[in-house]
Amino acid sequence: MNGIIFKNDEVNGIIDGLAAKIIKFKFNLGNLIIVGIKEGGVAASNIIHEKVKHTTGFDCLLGYVDITLYRDDSFEVKKTVKSTELPFNINGKDILLVDDVICSGRTVRAAIEDLICFGRPKSIKLAVLIDRGGREIPICPDFTGKKIKIPNKYDVRVELEGKNKFIEKLLKV
Amino acid sequence: MEKLLIKNGIVVDPFTDTQVKRDIYIENGLIKDVKNETVGAKDINIINADNLFVLPGLIDMHVHLREPGFEYKETIKTGMEAAIAGGFTSICCMPNSNPVNDCKEVNSFIINKAKSFDLCNVFTIGAISRGNEGLNLANIGDLKNSGAVAISDDGMPVEDSSLMARALLYAKTFDMPVISHSEDIKLRGKGVMNEGIISHKLGVNGIPSVAEEIAIFRDIKLAEYFGASLHIAHVSTKGSVELIKMAKNNGINITFETCPHYFSITEESLLSYNTNAKMNPPLRPQEDVNAIKNALREGLFDVIASDHAPHSEDEKNTTLDEAPFGIIGLETSLALTLGLYHEKYLSMIDIANLMSYNPAKILKLQNRGAIINGNAGDITIINPEKKWTYKKENIKSLSKNSPFINKSFKGAVMYAIINGKIFKL
Amino acid sequence: MDYAKKDLISINDLSKSDILYFIDTAKEFKKISLQDIKKVPTMRGKTILNLFFEPSTRTKTSFEIAQKRLSADTINLSISQSSVVKGESLSDTILNLQAMKADAFVIRHYESGAPFFISNITNASVINAGDGINEHPTQCLLDIMTIFEHKKEIKSLKIAIIGDIVHSRVARSDIAGLSKLGAEIYLYGPQTLMPRFINSDNIKIAGSMDNAVKEADVIIMLRVQKERTAFYFIPSIEEYRNYFKLTGEILKLASKDVLILHPGPVNRDVEISGSIINSGKTAIFDQVENGIAIRMACLYILLGGRHS
Repeated sequence: MNGIIFKNDEVNGIIDGLAAKIIKFKFNLGNLIIVGIKEGGVAASNIIHEKVKHTTGFDCLLGYVDITLYRDDSFEVKKTVKSTELPFNINGKDILLVDDVICSGRTVRAAIEDLICFGRPKSIKLAVLIDRGGREIPICPDFTGKKIKIPNKYDVRVELEGKNKFIEKLLKV
Repeated sequence: MEKLLIKNGIVVDPFTDTQVKRDIYIENGLIKDVKNETVGAKDINIINADNLFVLPGLIDMHVHLREPGFEYKETIKTGMEAAIAGGFTSICCMPNSNPVNDCKEVNSFIINKAKSFDLCNVFTIGAISRGNEGLNLANIGDLKNSGAVAISDDGMPVEDSSLMARALLYAKTFDMPVISHSEDIKLRGKGVMNEGIISHKLGVNGIPSVAEEIAIFRDIKLAEYFGASLHIAHVSTKGSVELIKMAKNNGINITFETCPHYFSITEESLLSYNTNAKMNPPLRPQEDVNAIKNALREGLFDVIASDHAPHSEDEKNTTLDEAPFGIIGLETSLALTLGLYHEKYLSMIDIANLMSYNPAKILKLQNRGAIINGNAGDITIINPEKKWTYKKENIKSLSKNSPFINKSFKGAVMYAIINGKIFKL
Repeated sequence: MDYAKKDLISINDLSKSDILYFIDTAKEFKKISLQDIKKVPTMRGKTILNLFFEPSTRTKTSFEIAQKRLSADTINLSISQSSVVKGESLSDTILNLQAMKADAFVIRHYESGAPFFISNITNASVINAGDGINEHPTQCLLDIMTIFEHKKEIKSLKIAIIGDIVHSRVARSDIAGLSKLGAEIYLYGPQTLMPRFINSDNIKIAGSMDNAVKEADVIIMLRVQKERTAFYFIPSIEEYRNYFKLTGEILKLASKDVLILHPGPVNRDVEISGSIINSGKTAIFDQVENGIAIRMACLYILLGGRHS
């Protein structure tokens, strides 16, 4: 059944928790690049970036990857290619990949491949807002906002842009 | 300042389509509107043209000057002298010299040489195909740029329809008129005169009239299809006249030319194997001559040109088979045409159109062909009543290959005025 | 945005929005060529056959690079190696190659309509890389892409296309594509090399080189081929040089920020003064760069379309 899983306050709490974990980790902020995975990870990465800045006072680099061309099922879904935006050298950097939801782990795999085409980072860590389970490849987030079990027949949609943030589940079409 | 006043002549002007008695004033080589105060000035030349016809300078747009290459037949200079003797102020020379006028070097040579003589105006016609060989286009842009006014392979037809089509298109790019020698050369074969009773009687190979007509039809169709402007040279048959009617009725942008011999004499001139009556296209029977004359009266033709084609006496002093095609015509062209004036086939304005205004228009000669303020001071003054006889010893052309020698004419040129310079004849 | 057809045969098959979609996609692919690792895994396991029945270096190289950057497996077949010379029919050749499970054919053929013919007998995608005197749609797309990089809009630009229009597949595709986007197109060249039947108000034949170039925003110069002196199209290369070459002098008549394109290879000082190229006034190398991006985009869109 479709429906809201987390309401605004709960979502804010999840974000704050995730941000706290990341800040607590004590990255070398001068060497950190926060990279959102398009499209879902964009808003999440922006918020994380803002929170890091607010708490530490440090404005670290922010970029985005578009994994369309790196999918292992290139032609199964949408075809509109978007830009990977990494207008800086990523060699030797610490990367924090950010996505809203992790399920199979394939998106993250593609994102890592895309990143590597731009250079050789020192490390890559992964932060996700929601880990809904269902992993098909051995990828594990370093920072997780909330872990929940959602059956495979649902999509999980995260809305962070508006005033009223929420996370809902929708039956796949 | 050179000043010339032509007084009291009957001025025939095709541009205004008028024929009135008036004076013409020429200053520094250009026609100027008459102003009373100029008349009576001291240093002025005066020609009294009482009872004479004053025409815009005659233009013969189809002449073979044989230089470079065949100077024993005609040189640029002797050709120009013959032209003036015939009343022409401008002539246009075909490119079939040796080397052929297919490039700017030959073209400039002819133009510069002609200029050095201070005689009549000479305009050049460049080749359609390199070497007149019908295999490659000549550098038509270069020809235009170095002063040629048209292109033609005259003497030879452009046999390959695709070459003709592309010549029309390419010339259109440069706004160059194309002049066609329309002939199915394979059908001419070994023919030396018109195919008919006379050729049969003489036992020589004939040229069927359709050899001309088939080719003219093709060229009309090409010009129509490609929307190009085309001038058909030396039309000689009744069948061709029918094609002209068809083309004119369809509004196709083609002009047509005939020559004085085609409306003056018939194939019977060849009866004694007279090589001086051998030309291409050949003289035709009376029926064709009549058709040409009627077509002139009906205004179907745009141009009368001489197709002046000099050949030496030695070359013509042989059999019909061996003798080259062609007759001279510069010195008889006007007189033969005036014959049609006397026969009332043509008016004086018609003659001015056919021999001056239209050629200038077709070839886009600036400031010629009409008696207008500012135009070049080219004038031909004619006495249509004067009787004279064409004598071999008086021929100015270097060659004497004319079927009209010893013929008596009524009508003669009195003066040729070229860029204001007077040639009294 | 989506594009459902499996083939790219003619620029006329693309709507205005299709063209813009191809260009937008190519913009993204252009960035891949700027990466450290100029390669994406998108077409892993796809087999693409480049069938060149006519010599080509530029287009063939461009397609091959595009395919390699997409990680496709590419095989080049040129006429001299193919079985066509052994008397096999075109359709048999294609069916045999299809049996080898080709996912796409890139076809350059000396006969107009060959790619269309091939597209009808195979389920694989077919991209026309130039057919006879007919079309060269990817060249048109890369030209449009290059123009868009320099001009905000194509609508109501004055675009002069100069040279051998009638035998130029580039010109024909450019005319179709650019007029679809609303450009005012002026053609010039010897009348022997001009099209004789034009059915669009946007396309005009200029009366002179000056008229064509005057205030032009874009000038596309076409390569004149020596072979055109045969069959009476032009008298000689010298004559072409004298009267149909784009010179610095004529170029002064054009708009101040005129963009000059040439599909290449250039005959310097035949159709265009070498000095114009040397002075960097042309976008010829942008065209080459964009060519790869356009071809990547075409492959991506067409091969993707089949599965959607």
